[in-house]
Amino acid sequence: MRAGVIPAAIARQPWGIILPLFVLTSFGSAVLYSAAGGSLEPWALQHLIRFAVFLTMAMIIARLPQSLFKWAAYPAYGALVFLLMLVDLIGAVGGGSQRWLNLGFMQLQPSEMMKPAIVLAYARFYDALPPAMTQNWRSLIPAAGLLAVPAGLVMLQPDLGTGLAITFGAVAVMFLAGLPMKWFLGAGAATIVAAPIAFFTLLHDYQRKRVLVFLDPEGDPLGSGYHISQSKIAIGSGGLFGKGFGNGSQSHLEYLPEAHTDFVFATMGEEWGLLGALFVLFVFMLILRWGWRVAQNAPDRFSRLLAAGMTCTVFFYVAINLLMVVGLAPVVGIPLPFMSHGGSSMMTNMICLGTIMAVDRWSRRSSGIAG
Amino acid sequence: MISGSTPHVSSGTLKNAYDRRSLVIGGLQAAVGLLLAGRVAWISLAQNEKYTLASESNRVNLTLISPRRGAILDRNGAPIAANRADFRVDLVPDRLVDPDRTLAELGRLLKLSDVRIKDLKDKLDKARGFQPVEVAAGLDWDSFAAISVRLPDLPGVLAQRSFSRWYPTGPSVGHLIGYVGAASAEDYERERNPLLVTPGFKIGKDGLEKLFEKELRGTPGARRVEVTASGKVVRDLEMREDVPGQPLRLTINAPLQDYVARRLGVESGAVVVIDCQTGDILAMASMPSYDPNSFSDGIGRIEWKMLSEDDHVPLRNKVLRGLYPPGSTVKPFVAMSFLEAGLDPEETVFCGGGLRVGNRVFGCWNRRGHGTVNMAKGIYQSCDVYFYHFAQRIGMDPIAAMARRLGLGQKFDLPVVGQSYGTVPDAAWKQRKYGKPWAVFDTVNATIGQGYMLVNPLQQAVMAARIASGKLLQPRLLLDGKTPQTPSMGFSQEHLNYVHKAMWDVVNGPGTAGRARLPFPDIQISGKTGTAQVVGLHISNGKTGPWKYRDHGHFISFAPFENPRYACAVVIEHGGGSSAAYPIARDVMTFLFDPAKAMQVLTEMEAGWGGTPQQRMAARYNSYEARYGTTAPKPAEENPVASADERAAAADRRPQPEQTEAAAPRPEDGSETAPASPAPTASSTPAGAPQ
Repeated sequence: MRAGVIPAAIARQPWGIILPLFVLTSFGSAVLYSAAGGSLEPWALQHLIRFAVFLTMAMIIARLPQSLFKWAAYPAYGALVFLLMLVDLIGAVGGGSQRWLNLGFMQLQPSEMMKPAIVLAYARFYDALPPAMTQNWRSLIPAAGLLAVPAGLVMLQPDLGTGLAITFGAVAVMFLAGLPMKWFLGAGAATIVAAPIAFFTLLHDYQRKRVLVFLDPEGDPLGSGYHISQSKIAIGSGGLFGKGFGNGSQSHLEYLPEAHTDFVFATMGEEWGLLGALFVLFVFMLILRWGWRVAQNAPDRFSRLLAAGMTCTVFFYVAINLLMVVGLAPVVGIPLPFMSHGGSSMMTNMICLGTIMAVDRWSRRSSGIAG
Repeated sequence: MISGSTPHVSSGTLKNAYDRRSLVIGGLQAAVGLLLAGRVAWISLAQNEKYTLASESNRVNLTLISPRRGAILDRNGAPIAANRADFRVDLVPDRLVDPDRTLAELGRLLKLSDVRIKDLKDKLDKARGFQPVEVAAGLDWDSFAAISVRLPDLPGVLAQRSFSRWYPTGPSVGHLIGYVGAASAEDYERERNPLLVTPGFKIGKDGLEKLFEKELRGTPGARRVEVTASGKVVRDLEMREDVPGQPLRLTINAPLQDYVARRLGVESGAVVVIDCQTGDILAMASMPSYDPNSFSDGIGRIEWKMLSEDDHVPLRNKVLRGLYPPGSTVKPFVAMSFLEAGLDPEETVFCGGGLRVGNRVFGCWNRRGHGTVNMAKGIYQSCDVYFYHFAQRIGMDPIAAMARRLGLGQKFDLPVVGQSYGTVPDAAWKQRKYGKPWAVFDTVNATIGQGYMLVNPLQQAVMAARIASGKLLQPRLLLDGKTPQTPSMGFSQEHLNYVHKAMWDVVNGPGTAGRARLPFPDIQISGKTGTAQVVGLHISNGKTGPWKYRDHGHFISFAPFENPRYACAVVIEHGGGSSAAYPIARDVMTFLFDPAKAMQVLTEMEAGWGGTPQQRMAARYNSYEARYGTTAPKPAEENPVASADERAAAADRRPQPEQTEAAAPRPEDGSETAPASPAPTASSTPAGAPQ
């Protein structure tokens, strides 16, 4: 019915995702404006510009045909594994932990790109796998190999958070691809057993400390527990309505560390209160629900797994960041999509959403043809 | 579960599995969303109060402003202890990131010597984290500015403008006033007052500063500021001015106190000057002393080495803690007791250089003898035989009673940290103490101020003032506006006149201290010399040889003669005799009547001594620093003045060695008739008969 008023090219756009994204990013920009002491510089304006650039990128991705996705799945994965090795190598030679490659015009973080790439590769793999084989080892061993190499490389960097994000996306796709439930139950049980062992053997000291501090942040208020304590103080002192735009003392007086990146939700919560927090949660719910709907309506197994996996990757970002900020998870360096200042995470998330938009487009095509 | 173990799995079954499993994941995600919403609600609503408080305590920093300490003023309102506005730098150990680098940087900026940096390290090692450590006070603007601009790179360093305690005459008032210093951990434990750990705040550590801490301290001001996490002040929120402490007014005459202390020069001694009308203590100096100015930032290694190695015991307050045999200064009061007992002063005894009692001969200091001696001559020539002879007749009890009446062996009601009151022996005392009866030689010893008799310089001054005025004067240190009660001693004026005249003769007549005459035609001083042996003649003659074996020199005096206004007691430890003491009394009395004239004498003397006490201490510090540098040991005591006082108090409690024979009277040199050679000791046959 609106087709008569609004040109088709505009009506065709996936407004169900673009509008919430726009609202969320604008809100994020407002928070960054306040965190900078009431200034567009250095974060708020750049945040909006990046949003425009990456939204454009997502809309271009959305126009790509399914065949291209299928064709590019393994080469993209392979290229990123190569870059990850390169990064680790440079890091080893340079004698420190390095996570990015300097391309001159931007810092490329291959581990970030690996999050959507692993989902794409898995969707490709399980799409091609004959249904009967999902029940035996052929469904697991190659996939496990696909995951182990990049996840291992990322954890070597060492970047536990990103490694877990990659793993989470991959496991979600495996689960949705219909692999035997007992494997997941078994793996879950094994994790419960192995986690304490890994905690004491595999984790680095600083990672172990973060976990311990998470369990008792007030025990070390000036050390690693400082982040969590100050974040909780910021959110808790905000109350129902917040201290008001521009009045957040925790962020403005620099008590809240990383106030414009990882802990931007606390910066927001201090000034906008519980209502602001519920609003942000609501918008994320809209975005994720849109992702699930697209996946549900996807025309085929590949696009369904692809959309669902991308949605899970975005969810993982949001959930880990927010759980950390409110003190329910250890401090891991994961930003909040579309609100935290930072290019890499926005690009990754836009790739995920662009991919989901593409699936949305394919399904409308096929349903259009069908109908 | 659909994908269990069915052998035939089609794409349809996989779609079904997807549908179910996506619901599971979606549900889990919704659950996480609800968990987050609940958590935020819990933190921001239920715990809002707690976190609001935490946020406020982050944001707002309450800084205490040290109250200005009450001044200590002399009787005319001149400051003895004042406050000086200055710039200071402190360290807060808790906030230091890299102590070594910070100290090196501060050392460079403030041009601190290696020793000073070492001292700072010692203090940092000892301080608890929250206790500020003073780096420097009294900085000039340039140094202060140099530190201030680098503060962002020096976490834990505080630079501020404040008031610090200042004693204009430094070492001259050390033992009188005490000193201030940063509160110790024990002080903080006791009081739990955050003011005590406010950088720049000082607490009284000794003397009046300690005793009147409550009155002098005042009420701190406060400043509420908004600060960033790194401690940078964003803006002032509220300010409350401090209330300065109450001033303390003393009976001391500050210029006199300074003169007296300086006039003691390089000697180890004490001088007390008392007003003969009121009992006001006008000056009370013990030298050498410490400089309270340099103690306020703690005691450094070099200072500690200097103080602990000095055999002139600068940390002991000799006025109150120094106990000395008074020597012949007892003779005026012994004479008073004779007069009260009814002795005719014109009754004479022949002095042939000694007095035979039973089978023993007790020597006079003048072995050639004084010939026929009456009471006046006994005093001005200090003839021992006269007193030996009549003490046998009168007995010890009236003598001891008179001593106590005049203040010897007494503790006075004074605001001081400690007094050693010494001993006035008599038969009952000896029986109690040693379980032995009083012996002839005990009387002989007592009448020449030797043996068990021990007094402090304050008691000697009080004695002089009471003899001079005939009034029961109580020494007084605080000028509280009340008129002191000065009842009569009940002496006969005739007796007083007689003794006064004899004391006048000591200086102005044929006495033992002719050189003590005042340089005024109309003002005359009266006094009595005293020389007390420290060791027996078999070790030293008391005049030459090792310093610590030399005799103590005493002089008690009052002036003017006709209408006594001032009384003065001088004690010079190991001065070699009374000749070390009375020139000081002469100059001190001169100062009271003509300060300029007295000052001229002192200035010449100080040129010979190497400057004022402050200058000499500075020179000594520098030579020590050059010689020992950072190898000097760490100070072993936190409050060495108090420790020295405790040691003195402990020494008081130790029993005196039992006396088994008469002490040899020491020559009162300066008398024209005094022999240059030491008098031989009394012949001693075992055990004198008990009296």
